[in-house]
Amino acid sequence: MSFMSLILFLIIFPLFAALLMTLLKNPKVRGFFVMAASLVIAAASVALLVMNLNNSGFVEYAVHMEYIEYAMTAVLLLISVYIIYAGARDKKYHAVVLAIVQILATVGSELLFGGKAEAANALMLDNLSLLMVMLVGVVGSLICVFSVGYMEKYHHHKHVADRSRMFFAVVFVFMSAMFGLVLSNNLKWLLFFWEITTFCSYLLIGYTRTAEAIRNSYRALVMNIVGGLGFLAGIVWLYETQGIIEVDKLLALNPALVVVPVVFICFAGVVKSAQMPFSSWLLGAMVAPSPVSALLHSSTMVKAGVYIVIRLSPLLAGTKAGLFIALIGAVTFLFASLIAISERNLKRLLAYSTISTLGLIVACAGVGTYQAVWTAMLLMIFHAVAKALLFLCAGTVEGGTDSLSIEDMDGLIMKMPKVTVFILVGIAGMFLAPFGMLISKWQALEALVSVNPLIAVLVIFGSSATLFFYTKLMGKLIMIVHPAGKLEKGVTGGEWFTLGTLSILTVAACVVFPVISKYLIDPFIKLVYHSTVSMSAGNIVIMLLMMVFLLLLPLQIVLQRRDKRHVSAYLNGANLTEYKDAAEANDHFYTAGHNVQELKLSNYYLEEMFGEKRLGLVGIVLTSMLLAILCGVMFL
Amino acid sequence: MKILLTTVLFIILAPVAGGLLSGFDRKISARMQKRVGPSILQPFYDVLKLFQKENVVVNISQNLYAFCFLFFTVFTGVLFFNGADILLIIFSLTLAGIFFVLGGYSTFSPYSFIGSERELLSMVADEPMIILTAVGMYMVTKSFSVADIAAYGTPLFFYIPGVFLGFLFILTIKLKKSPFDLSTSHHAHQELVSGVTTEFSGKPLAWIELAHWYENVFLLGIVYLFFAPVPVIGVAVALLAYFLEIFIDNINARVKWQWMLKSAWGAAIGLGVLNIFILYIVQ
Repeated sequence: MSFMSLILFLIIFPLFAALLMTLLKNPKVRGFFVMAASLVIAAASVALLVMNLNNSGFVEYAVHMEYIEYAMTAVLLLISVYIIYAGARDKKYHAVVLAIVQILATVGSELLFGGKAEAANALMLDNLSLLMVMLVGVVGSLICVFSVGYMEKYHHHKHVADRSRMFFAVVFVFMSAMFGLVLSNNLKWLLFFWEITTFCSYLLIGYTRTAEAIRNSYRALVMNIVGGLGFLAGIVWLYETQGIIEVDKLLALNPALVVVPVVFICFAGVVKSAQMPFSSWLLGAMVAPSPVSALLHSSTMVKAGVYIVIRLSPLLAGTKAGLFIALIGAVTFLFASLIAISERNLKRLLAYSTISTLGLIVACAGVGTYQAVWTAMLLMIFHAVAKALLFLCAGTVEGGTDSLSIEDMDGLIMKMPKVTVFILVGIAGMFLAPFGMLISKWQALEALVSVNPLIAVLVIFGSSATLFFYTKLMGKLIMIVHPAGKLEKGVTGGEWFTLGTLSILTVAACVVFPVISKYLIDPFIKLVYHSTVSMSAGNIVIMLLMMVFLLLLPLQIVLQRRDKRHVSAYLNGANLTEYKDAAEANDHFYTAGHNVQELKLSNYYLEEMFGEKRLGLVGIVLTSMLLAILCGVMFL
Repeated sequence: MKILLTTVLFIILAPVAGGLLSGFDRKISARMQKRVGPSILQPFYDVLKLFQKENVVVNISQNLYAFCFLFFTVFTGVLFFNGADILLIIFSLTLAGIFFVLGGYSTFSPYSFIGSERELLSMVADEPMIILTAVGMYMVTKSFSVADIAAYGTPLFFYIPGVFLGFLFILTIKLKKSPFDLSTSHHAHQELVSGVTTEFSGKPLAWIELAHWYENVFLLGIVYLFFAPVPVIGVAVALLAYFLEIFIDNINARVKWQWMLKSAWGAAIGLGVLNIFILYIVQ
């Protein structure tokens, strides 16, 4: 099979899978086909990677299908019409207005192009696209496999209409759109897929049809429609001034000539990657079932946002526009990390952590030097794997304990030991040396310091906040409390498979990252910037050593002598003494009136200093100002 | 071969130096309080005694965290004295610190727990300035490698005095000295019992004490780095800095965490960041 047909296969096959999902009513049969389709998609992604290993250049493909663009326009118009209908039904009139604007813009731009704006090559493949294909194909497929077991249980627990058929169909359309998005050279095609991902996320966020879900789905929709309109404006501007609509031709132009369209398109990327002041849509998205969060946060949607900024980063390097985009990212990184300290809900904490990481990626892409872009690409990989793992674990914990409150997770390691170990791996992957995210933060720091110390300073303070909220979460999980529980019985084989694989990938990603870098990222950087990043062999050895130690040291617990005297923790002598077993007496004590009181230990959340109400506002004001300056800068 | 030698020497000599520093600390503190104080070697007797004591535990996982704390603190020092990348060294120290904090959490003891939370806050307070120190050194020497930084011709102090002062400020937090000894009870504040280490005893407690000695030697190593071209001055300044910390410890009362966080970040911005911006503009 040629590259071309494999690329088309990746875009088209998930659509057939989606169609199949709408037809299959029996959950067991549907589950089987979800797994089969996921396997095919993952295998095709890997095949594309393997076939392309020796071919690291930028390859374009012409597509000769005259009617395809008409079909795309028709689909976009249909989506807008649907939004008008649904918006009127749900009384979300701002969405209706925007959908009308969207129709006018779509028709207007088509009239402007007058059928002449054609791309010589509609599709393309380079290592950045390939990296994205791997993330979507592998991580996305793993999430699909997980969803089979999860969604079945979800509808046992929650009293919402079972719309699993629609769920899986939309997920596969989403994957198709993501493949299309990262493989498009024609910007009009890219925008088409872009709008599809917006629409899919709207459908998935509103999955449960509760009032909150509906409200949040429209928030995501409205923000991303605005972003999409910016994208369209960018394309129109580019065509009117330069007469091109292709990514490759755009990248070949002098950056000074295309500041306006690049900023417009990056604006869409900033919205989609949930940067402040637009971050609220991603926080709202957590009302959806956990696999949706995992999908939106790891391999799709937000990654489309950072993809486009990274794609255009050579045009941002060294420009004022690039600097302000980087600052928006860096400020988002800092404030989202600080706010996460005050979050008591696991999914909200993870959401803020995603927003902050995406901020770091945008900061690196905005700076646009070869080292920064190299880091941004690595960040995408590490973040996709670890965050998918964490969100799916959060869903599993919620299934087992009926709570997502971190305060309810005391000693989770005693109740859900395997899931907790997976969470710990995921958390380690997000901030601990020598795991991936930390490698990237380290490289980001080195890349940013030499360009602009202000951005580096924002990253430094944000990193400390990350350390705080992740460590105190870990602390809650690893407390030893009694009695042990068995809350992970309901987890299905498919779910274990996904969690296990993602954990292994989280560890493996940092062990083999020099290889990933050498074969996937370096060739891209070399092609675009004519220089490569080299991380000294000594440092790599040190990190591998740390990893080996981290994997081996837990053995100490096995090797310890077991005959130690166990006592209950010091409680000022108010321990319950009637319990024979010291461990049992650990979590109860006598109050002054000799009443028995359960011991509760509550983490610091420091809301008065780091609360969302306070810092969220500051972050929004700051980033809005930066955005306003950006608008001014692009016309100068 | 050289790496191996440095590693072995560090592992053997650092606790000797760290223990002596601790002995001087206690002696000088005693004299400041008009007491005679223990022998200079008292910390060694204490640690040796701990090794012979029974290890009573709340649960056995706490010993794992104590061991990892010691292990990665030693690892940090080994990297530093072998001239590795300073950012990697700082991250390794953070990893060690996290194990210490987790040890406190794992016991589900209220005193350890609050100690851990406060220790974590201390880490958040001091980390930005530590990384800014690395950044400042990079901006002067154009390298993150400790070997290159140490080999730079003129003392870094002359380029980054603000960074130096900022580092001295957070050194008080790192050494767990008053007014920032929030997570321990070295002085007479008893509300925390013994903070993070409340539930530790015997050998694991000795590991923790040893880890602090290794850590202190490493921290003074960073002070030395500011004056590396003139080794005599470097050592003198490092010892002087330690004396200063003892002095500060004895004349201050503990503050609340808000004040620690604000003042440490304030020092990082007012001294560290300002210095780095000036350096950036000048360059």
